[in-house]
Amino acid sequence: MSDWYRDFANSGFGTTVTKNLGLPRPAVLRRYEPGQPLLTGPAVVGSAGEGRLRAELTELLRDAGVTVQSPATADGSTDGEELAAVLLDATGLTGPADLASAHDFLAPAVKRLRASGRVLVLADPPAETSSPAQAAARQALDGLVRSLAKELRNGATANLVQVPYGAEGSLASPVRFFLSGRSAYVDGQLLTLADADLPADPDAERPLAGKVAVVTGAARGIGAAIARVLARDGAHVVAIDVPASGESLAEVANEVGGTAVQLDITAPDAGPRLAAQLIARHGGADVIVHNAGITRDKLLVNMDAARWNSVMAVNLQAQLDITAALLATDGALKPNARVVCVSSQSGIAGNRGQTNYAASKAGIIGMVRAWAPEFAERGATINAVAPGFIVTEMTAKMPLGTREVGSRLNSLQQGGLPVDVAETIAWLSQPGSGGVNGQVVRVCGQSLLGA
Amino acid sequence: MAAQTRQAAIVGGNRIPFARANGAYARASNQDMLTATLDGLVARFGLQGEQVGEVVAGAVLKHSRDFNLTREAVLGSRLSAATPAYDVQQACGTGLEAAILVANKIALGQIESGIAGGTDTASDAPIAVNEDLRQVLVRLNNARTLQQRLKALSGLRPGQLVPEIPRNAEPRTGLAMGDHAAITAAEWEIGREEQDELTLRSHQALAAAYDSGFFDDLVTPYLGLARDNNLRPDTSLEKLAKLAPVFGRGEGATMTAGNSTPLTDGASAVLLASDEWAAARDLPVLAHLVDAQTAAVDYVHGGEGLLMAPAYAVPVMLARNGLTLQDFDFYEVHEAFASTVLATMKAWEDPAFCKEKLGLDAPLGSIDRSKLNVHGSSLAAGHPFAATGGRIVATLAKTLHEAGPGKRGLISICAAGGQGVVAILES
Repeated sequence: MSDWYRDFANSGFGTTVTKNLGLPRPAVLRRYEPGQPLLTGPAVVGSAGEGRLRAELTELLRDAGVTVQSPATADGSTDGEELAAVLLDATGLTGPADLASAHDFLAPAVKRLRASGRVLVLADPPAETSSPAQAAARQALDGLVRSLAKELRNGATANLVQVPYGAEGSLASPVRFFLSGRSAYVDGQLLTLADADLPADPDAERPLAGKVAVVTGAARGIGAAIARVLARDGAHVVAIDVPASGESLAEVANEVGGTAVQLDITAPDAGPRLAAQLIARHGGADVIVHNAGITRDKLLVNMDAARWNSVMAVNLQAQLDITAALLATDGALKPNARVVCVSSQSGIAGNRGQTNYAASKAGIIGMVRAWAPEFAERGATINAVAPGFIVTEMTAKMPLGTREVGSRLNSLQQGGLPVDVAETIAWLSQPGSGGVNGQVVRVCGQSLLGA
Repeated sequence: MAAQTRQAAIVGGNRIPFARANGAYARASNQDMLTATLDGLVARFGLQGEQVGEVVAGAVLKHSRDFNLTREAVLGSRLSAATPAYDVQQACGTGLEAAILVANKIALGQIESGIAGGTDTASDAPIAVNEDLRQVLVRLNNARTLQQRLKALSGLRPGQLVPEIPRNAEPRTGLAMGDHAAITAAEWEIGREEQDELTLRSHQALAAAYDSGFFDDLVTPYLGLARDNNLRPDTSLEKLAKLAPVFGRGEGATMTAGNSTPLTDGASAVLLASDEWAAARDLPVLAHLVDAQTAAVDYVHGGEGLLMAPAYAVPVMLARNGLTLQDFDFYEVHEAFASTVLATMKAWEDPAFCKEKLGLDAPLGSIDRSKLNVHGSSLAAGHPFAATGGRIVATLAKTLHEAGPGKRGLISICAAGGQGVVAILES
């Protein structure tokens, strides 16, 4: 499943060919590995208007061992070192006129951005002001960041985080995620934070140490990658899949030092059975990852009831029923639990031949948003992750043309890997990510579809 | 030395689906199957890298290269390599005997945890060098001069290329186990219809157990097989009635390929522990192994049926525990052949047998059929000899656990050589 085109485009000869022909040149993305520094070079923090986050951002970066340059140095030193990250505190915007300072800061800084660099803009939510001019300026950032993300090359990304008043304490975990290699395939995204009671900062290398994480559909593909990343981050993984997949499920569970549970999640008693097992064996779960999903593609007019119903049962109804059963059973979910539901780009953009699948995946987004307030009251979170074109055994079976086109239709000009989805889920599962709730995070390299 | 004994807990089990010989597992060895079974158990209970007290398992059909089969399987598994292991073999009683051995060491406080198992492959049965050829080769090996070597080689004959193939027959009688069972069936006047009925119930009960998810935490698929492939959920009395007898002779022959177990490949394992060991790991205790007993009969000269030893073992164990045959909520009587189960039950109901053979004042009486092999048994699942005991122990332990605390179950397994192994489990 290697990306032969990316490898070719990055070879000596391939570079010449792709340059001369104007072909896309997908970069080799910087992905997270344990022990890796947050950034591979200095960062610069600037602001548009009188922002309130600059000091906090600077401190956060310095704590992570990052050299922070001031915008002045960044401006002045054209021969300066390449930048690993450019952060813009735009919480001081009062109207569109202030956006000029955003441009003034970003233009020279982005020019110095190195491969797999990061642009992160932080702003207030437009809805949280009654001033039309201020709302306009804040909303304008959305267009700016999305466009910038499309302009960046060499694996660099740009994302926007909205920080309402009072949610500043939730900033650290999202900022670290977007700057790190964990977000390699997350590009052009908008995330809105909320205020949350967060635990004292845990182990950065093993943020999930001592946690129990349930992963459905863990026998292969993205589910197995999720199990591996959660285990790498310290969690004990309870790996679930249908009994028929038990052999590979056991291999995954043994590989990650977890527990295999063969369970048909669509069985009427699946929720209570899982709840009972989690209480008896693990004292409850800290993380639930609803990853199990199936496709039964047909054009709507040709789709029989069985295809429709089985996709709905596995992809949507089981997530609802199991989450409800765990919420209803005392002790099944630990306080501050994290639920992450795997949605899909198809649920956002739609996809020909996937009315059932896209409906189920869009339904997940509705479910997550509706449940978020109740989860917040428990100190818990529920979020959705929507993968774009992810290179798996399934995509390997696609015709070459379809696969190549599908994998290039995004700002990073390549398909993502299962580990990219897993890293995003592992980040949302962290105790420190309590300020991210009811959000949909796309792992799509800023796909052109449904953007 | 432990001052007093304790009852060993059955934490859970794992097996691979059983496969008819020369089919799904034709390329798997005993060691492959046992290792996969241990790994499935490790995955189920999160035992990666764990050192359990002892792993005890065996195989009935065993290659000479598998002299240390269980230890080799442990080394290939995800258990700690510091886990000791040894092999046992008591024919079809191997699996249950292994569980008893582990339970007894736990009871004595010699170990805190252990895994009992068994594996058998009729597909990869040990094929040995022809005995004549072996003698030639021994002489050749001992020869010191060229002349002696040539002389030894001159003993070679084409016929010696025919290998020794293990036979499913009793060495002392030359009769296949099914032929022995047919003699017993005739003696006890076990009819064809009641055998087929028992067979049908076994298939229906096993299929229902799979459908209800009962085996979700007892079985791990292997080599593409997710259920026992001997299972015929759609079989019927009509279909079973059409099968021609394969054991016994003439008009009275009743034993068919349907109501006899086929040659089967498979493996099973059971995790046993002290209550404390299980509690420390938040692992369940499904049941305790209360007591066990073995017996043997003289089927060569003594006039008793080859597979009737459990009928002798059970009353001894009942007496020791102050129980009657009716004091059980579930019975697991291994279905080597439908006629074996029926003959055993008939013997317990028979005043003459119970008085003369068992020395009892009154017959043991009948058992409630609705409590017998409630999740199916060997007629449906198949019977990989050494793996059957582990299948039954784990199945019964879970059955008792689901029924609630204080439930009692009886296991009865007949074995080649005129032996029987029986045990009591209690939730």
